[in-house]
Amino acid sequence: MLDSLTQSLGKALDRFKRAGRLTEADVQEGLREVRRALLEADVHFQVAREFCDQVGKRLLGEERLRGVEGSQQVIHAFHQELVALMGSELPALPKDPRHPMVLLLAGLNGAGKTTTAAKLALWLRQRQNRKVLLAACDLVRPAAVDQLRKLGAELGVEVYAEDPAPDLRPEEVAARALEQARRGRFDAVVVDSAGRQTVDEDLMAEIERVEAAARPDATYLVLDSMTGQDAVESARAFGERLDLYGVILTKIDGDARGGAALSVRRITGRPLCFLGTGERPGDLEEFQAERLASRILDMGDVVGLVEAAQEAVEEERAAEDYMRMMEGRLTMEDLLAQFRMLKKMGSLKKVFGMLPGAGRMSGLLEQVDDRQLARIEAMVLSMTPAERLHPEILNGSRRKRIARGSGVQVSEVNRLLQSFHQLQKQMKSMGRMLKGGKSKKRLLRQLERSGQLPMMPPGGRPRGFRR
Amino acid sequence: MVLSRLRAGLQRTRNRISHALRRLGGDTSLEEALEALEEILYTADVGLLAGEILDELQGEVRRGAIARADELGPWLRERLLRELQDPGPEPLRLQPSGPTVILVVGVNGSGKTTSVARLVAWLQGRGLKVLLGAADTFRAAAVEQLGIWAERLGVDLVTGPHQGDPAAVAHDAAEAALARGADVLVVDTAGRLHTQKNLMEELAKVARVLDRKIPGAPHETLLVLDATTGQNAVQQARRFAEKVPVDGIFLAKLDGTAKGGAVFAVQRELGLPVKFVGLGEGLEDLEVFDPGEFTDALLGPRPAAETA
Ligand SMILES: Nc1nc2c(ncn2[C@@H]2O[C@H](COP(=O)(O)OP(=O)(O)OP(=O)(O)O)[C@@H](O)[C@H]2O)c(=O)[nH]1
Ligand SMILES: Nc1nc2c(ncn2[C@@H]2O[C@H](COP(=O)(O)OP(=O)(O)O)[C@@H](O)[C@H]2O)c(=O)[nH]1
Ligand SMILES: [Mg+2]
Ligand SMILES: [Mg+2]
Repeated sequence: MLDSLTQSLGKALDRFKRAGRLTEADVQEGLREVRRALLEADVHFQVAREFCDQVGKRLLGEERLRGVEGSQQVIHAFHQELVALMGSELPALPKDPRHPMVLLLAGLNGAGKTTTAAKLALWLRQRQNRKVLLAACDLVRPAAVDQLRKLGAELGVEVYAEDPAPDLRPEEVAARALEQARRGRFDAVVVDSAGRQTVDEDLMAEIERVEAAARPDATYLVLDSMTGQDAVESARAFGERLDLYGVILTKIDGDARGGAALSVRRITGRPLCFLGTGERPGDLEEFQAERLASRILDMGDVVGLVEAAQEAVEEERAAEDYMRMMEGRLTMEDLLAQFRMLKKMGSLKKVFGMLPGAGRMSGLLEQVDDRQLARIEAMVLSMTPAERLHPEILNGSRRKRIARGSGVQVSEVNRLLQSFHQLQKQMKSMGRMLKGGKSKKRLLRQLERSGQLPMMPPGGRPRGFRR
Repeated sequence: MVLSRLRAGLQRTRNRISHALRRLGGDTSLEEALEALEEILYTADVGLLAGEILDELQGEVRRGAIARADELGPWLRERLLRELQDPGPEPLRLQPSGPTVILVVGVNGSGKTTSVARLVAWLQGRGLKVLLGAADTFRAAAVEQLGIWAERLGVDLVTGPHQGDPAAVAHDAAEAALARGADVLVVDTAGRLHTQKNLMEELAKVARVLDRKIPGAPHETLLVLDATTGQNAVQQARRFAEKVPVDGIFLAKLDGTAKGGAVFAVQRELGLPVKFVGLGEGLEDLEVFDPGEFTDALLGPRPAAETA
């Protein structure tokens, strides 16, 4: 989705790059082009203006970094502003939900609410082992109830639905769905709602009533990534009527430039939580601002470089993960994170390369290709949180269940556990070697010098696995 | 019903123009006025064409052709109108004999099925016998959705198995249209992103099959664009037009806060005119595109922005 924004921004940024030292005129001229690129990418008019003002301030004002070259300075400024624009301090799912947890989806017509409801149901079942109930509260669109019923049947997720009748109100359906969820010991309810336009007062009042009846732990605004300037207008209007938790951006598998993603956060103050990446129920991703910002700027290296010259907040966190791992307290999530990172930058290989007798281990890690990674992910996702934290509890029957859940042979689960134990041993001995009574700070510096940090993606492991 | 809705829309429009003009009128400087217009155009999704038009406008100001802020609005309206093609009262070319085939395409959720239904209502209003083809075999309950509309409209619907070949449905529908002597066959298709190669090929095949059954079909291919779509609309139109012979745009969801300004670029870059607009979720919520009304609405008030 973001390739073209990357390209057009890239062109605008080239101007900065050529400039070396930045004069005020360079900055003004460059920013004009950046603004054009942003508008072309559907960034909201006001947001584009503000954004360029902010970047300008960073480049010309006191906040500028000393000793950093012009082009890096610009990219850094952009990166910071992009992350600030999209940054999410909230987890994608509400942190301390009631039981059962209730999620409500709202949005314009055709945004992708119903599909996303099914996706969330699958997500909650797969990753949080929740028993999920889908509630069909779109009584407007013909066959909307049918659509949800079919999606539920396909996934084996129960759907609470009533056949639409002229006097049936969606808030009543929502209330009865909740009742059913309590009675049936469900752990989560995902409520689908009708699409609406924000100028339709009747329908806006209706969704307010649905929210009041469902009392959701999180109300998400579902937003089509192809939306233009209206994204902000609609998001604001929904935000005025509903207690929005965050935004789910759909259809990012297309080639829209995603300016809506940049704008909605700034205007509504609500973060992006999930991304819809296709029509199928599995096509849902958790949103990560940092990653998206880097992708937009498409220059991970430079960003990393400039970042390294900065405070070590994130390094601290990564270092803590290291410390834990090197004490041998490794979890399945660490393993998965390592596999993922490895695919990206081969960092672990470097670590192991330094150690005597590590050849076999890095060989093992080297074999991981995309398909295997997907299988490993599936296996880890089929584990309960407790199993991920304490893989030693994985007895025969648990292994069988995991194999079934992830569609692999038990032998493959065994192999995964083997690599896990190997890695755990390696980390432990590496920890001993490196540490030798050194303080955490010194270990950190040592790792830094050897070019190992940051090994974790900034911000640590993929968030979904923390909980 | 339609009229009252349209009037409500137009009322908003007038307010916005007068509001804009108030902002522009009297003691407003040209500078400020130009800035206000810039914002109106960009926030209506007119895109980079806005920059071009504003440059022209500035040129007019510089050479003294425009001296007062309140002259800017009318100039802009005329200038925008020059970009749009008027489809006239008969936007569809109906075949003199044999069924006219209308194929409706577009990205996911743009409003295709609803637009198919209201096109049928519009055609029925002209005394034509219509048949429907449900070639969305993919989305859950897509056939049921169209089936409900068909029942309300009292027209026959040709369907195929779920997950089946949409071209087969198109084939059967064309055959049925010939056999039953329908004047018009309207074929609904599954939403697809224009970036999905296989699905775009699938669509091309639907058009080919129709042509094989009824030479010259589809006679009208309408691309349904969501009025909230931003600059991606051009890309959508380009890719769809590469695969099927798109004749025009059905601009849906114009009843919301979105202004649909992306159609300027679609018209300019691809020569595709807007033929119909959708103004709600009902059968009656269809209008033949009127460039004047559309432009007025575009320059009209944006309720949310004013309270912000
Ligand atoms: N307000 C409003 N809603 C519309 C309009 N046209 C369609 N809709 C709504 O938009 C949503 C999607 O419409 P559909 O007609 O199912 O769209 P589609 O393109 O067939 O969708 P898919 O087949 O799922 O890709 C539904 O909730 C419709 O009721 C319109 O002009 N105005
Ligand atoms: N390509 C793609 N299509 C999507 C995505 N999410 C939803 N859709 C499609 O968009 C259309 C409208 O979705 P639906 O869930 O019915 O929207 P609703 O009207 O908001 O409930 C359907 O054709 C879906 O298959 C996505 O992330 N990517
Ligand atoms: Mg729906
Ligand atoms: Mg449809």
